[in-house]
Amino acid sequence: MVAHRPFQTFVTHGILILGALVLAFPIYVTFVASTHTIEEVTKSFPLLPGSHLVENYLRALTVGPRDVGATVGTMMLNSLIMALGITFGKISISLLAAFAIVYFRFRLRNVFFWMIFITLMLPIEVRILPTYKVAADLKLLDSYSGLIFPLIASATATFLFRQFFMTVPDELCEAHRIDGGGPMRFFFDILLPMSRTSIAALFVILFIYGWNQYLWPLLITSDQKYYTLLIGIKRMLDVGEGQAEWPIIMASTILAMLPPVLVVIFMQKQFVRGMTETEK
Amino acid sequence: MADVSIRNVTKQFGKTEVIHGISCDIRDGEFIVILGPSGCGKSTLLRMIAGLEEISSGEVAIDGRVVNRMEPAERDIAMVFQNYALYPHMTVYRNMAYGLKMRRMPKDEIDQRVRNAAKVLELSTLLDRKPRQLSGGQRQRVAMGRCIVREPKVFLFDEPLSNLDAKLRVQMRLEIRKLHEDLKITSVYVTHDQVEAMTLGDRLVVMDDGYAAQTGSPIEVYERPANMFVAGFIGSPAMNFMEVTVQESGQALKLPGDIQIPLNGSALSGWAGKKAILGIRPEHLELDSKGPLSILFTVGQVELLGADTLVHGHISEEKVTLTVRLPDVHRFEKQATIRLSISQEKLHLFDPETKKRIDG
Repeated sequence: MVAHRPFQTFVTHGILILGALVLAFPIYVTFVASTHTIEEVTKSFPLLPGSHLVENYLRALTVGPRDVGATVGTMMLNSLIMALGITFGKISISLLAAFAIVYFRFRLRNVFFWMIFITLMLPIEVRILPTYKVAADLKLLDSYSGLIFPLIASATATFLFRQFFMTVPDELCEAHRIDGGGPMRFFFDILLPMSRTSIAALFVILFIYGWNQYLWPLLITSDQKYYTLLIGIKRMLDVGEGQAEWPIIMASTILAMLPPVLVVIFMQKQFVRGMTETEK
Repeated sequence: MADVSIRNVTKQFGKTEVIHGISCDIRDGEFIVILGPSGCGKSTLLRMIAGLEEISSGEVAIDGRVVNRMEPAERDIAMVFQNYALYPHMTVYRNMAYGLKMRRMPKDEIDQRVRNAAKVLELSTLLDRKPRQLSGGQRQRVAMGRCIVREPKVFLFDEPLSNLDAKLRVQMRLEIRKLHEDLKITSVYVTHDQVEAMTLGDRLVVMDDGYAAQTGSPIEVYERPANMFVAGFIGSPAMNFMEVTVQESGQALKLPGDIQIPLNGSALSGWAGKKAILGIRPEHLELDSKGPLSILFTVGQVELLGADTLVHGHISEEKVTLTVRLPDVHRFEKQATIRLSISQEKLHLFDPETKKRIDG
C-alpha cells in the first residue's frame, strides 16, 4: 500500500471515479430534469442543466404540482415535523427506557428488556395493521401526533443506550449519590452529557429514518394538509392519463434529498465520533 | 469531624454472609486502615459505612447518630474511589463544585472552597481541564479535592492508590498523610497494600474472610500478630512458620532436626510436651557463626535486592523451608550451609488448632 506505483494509483482512482459517477448520475439526471420545462424534458432528454431552475423550484415550493393539493413547501414542513418528532421522541423515550433498565431494580426488569429486544425482530410492516387500528381508535388519523407517536418506540436505540449505560462505571453513580443528587439529576447532569456523542450519531440515523418514512404516512394521512414530501411525490406521479409534471416532480425529489444530506454533512464529525469513541 | 462506631455489622448477599460481625470504634480525627487480601470484605465494609451497601445487621453510627437508614448524601461523608469516578464531561472545577452545588451552597462560597482546595492540592492551574486531559496522579488529586471541599465528617478511601504507578504511589501516600495531618478529618482507608497500611494508619483493622482478625496500631500488629493469618499477611517477605514441640519443662522449643531453642524466662506451662507453630520473620534471622542459638541453614535460591538479600533455603533434613532477609549484598553458593541465629524476643508462637497467638 505504501509503495509508489503510478499505474496502480491510476487504476484504483479510475475505478473509484467511475463508481462515483455511476452513483451520482441518476441524481444528476434528476437535477437536470428539474431545470427544464416539461416540453424540453419529454421531447428529447437534455444532458445539460436548463434555464428554468428558479422558476421550477419556486413553483414547486409555493404553488405545488397539479392534482396534489399541497405545495412542496407544506409537505417539506410536514416531513420535517415528522422526522424531528420521531427523532427527538425516539431519543428521549429510549434514553429513559435504557436508564430505567440499567439503573433501577424493579420486578420483571429483564422481562421488559427482553420484550423490547424481541420487538427488534419485528419489522414495522408486521405490526402495521394493529398499529393502524390503535391509531384510528385514538383518533390520530390525519394529525401530526398520528404521524409521530406510533413510530416513537425504538428497540434499537434503547438497546444502544443500554449498552452505553452499562459501560459507565458504577462508581460514577455512587459518587453522585454521595454528592447528594437524586436519580433524575444523575440522568440529566451526568448520563445525558456523557451520551452526547451517541445521541448525535443516533440523531443522524433517526432523522433519515423519519424523513424517509413512507408506508406509515401513506396509511394514516388522507388529508393533503398532512402529506409528507415522500407521499407527495408518489401522488404527483399518479396522474392517470395525464402528463406527469416531470420538472416539478424532479425539483421536489431534489428538495426531498436535501435535508438528510445536510444533516449528514453538518453532523458527520459528531456521527463518526459517536460511533467510534466513548467519553470515559 | 466525628467519631465512627461500627457495632457488630454483618453483610449478607442473598444467603451467603460475607461479613460476620465486625465492631470497631474509630476516634475523632483518627486514620484507620482496613487491610486485607482481595475478597476479604474490606471494600464491602467501607461501602456500608458510606451507605452504598445496605447493612444486614448491626449498626454504624457517625458522630453518635445511627446512619443505617440514611442515604449516602445525608451521612456527611466523602469517598475517594479506586478509579476516581470523576465526571468525565465536567472540568476539574465543576467536578469539585458539583457536590456543593447539590447542597445549594452560595456561588461565592463554592468558588472560595474550590480554589482553596485546588491550592492545597496544587491543582490551581488545571481547573479548566477535563479529567481525560489529566495524568493519573492529577486525577487522584481531583478526586481528593472533591472530598475536601465538602468538609465532611468522615473521609472514606477505597484503594485510592492502586491505579497509580509505584513511584507516584509513594508520593501520593505522603500527600494523603500530610493532608490528614492538616485537616484532621476522621478517615477510613481500605487497601491491600501493607506498606500503605503501615505508613498511613494510626490503627489497622486486618480483615480475613469477613472477620476482623486484629485491630491495633501498625507496630502492634507487626510485633504481636494475633493469629497466623495476620502474622503471615503483614510483613514482606511473609513470616516463616514451622512446627515445633514445646519441651516438657515448658522452657524450650524443639525444632525439626533436633534443634533446641530456650525460651527466655517465659515458661509455657500449659503447653509442655505439646506441638505448636513457631513463626519467625525473615528479617529477624541473622547471619552468625558462633551465637548460642544458631541453626544450620542450607541455601537454595538467592535474590539480590541491593539493599537486602533474600535467601530461600531449608533447615534440617526434614526440609523445613525458610526465607531469610539479610542486610547488604551476600553471594552464597547453592547448597552452601550457613549458620543463622534467631533473636529470641522476636519469636512468635501459635496454637496449631486455633491458629491464635500463644502468649507466654
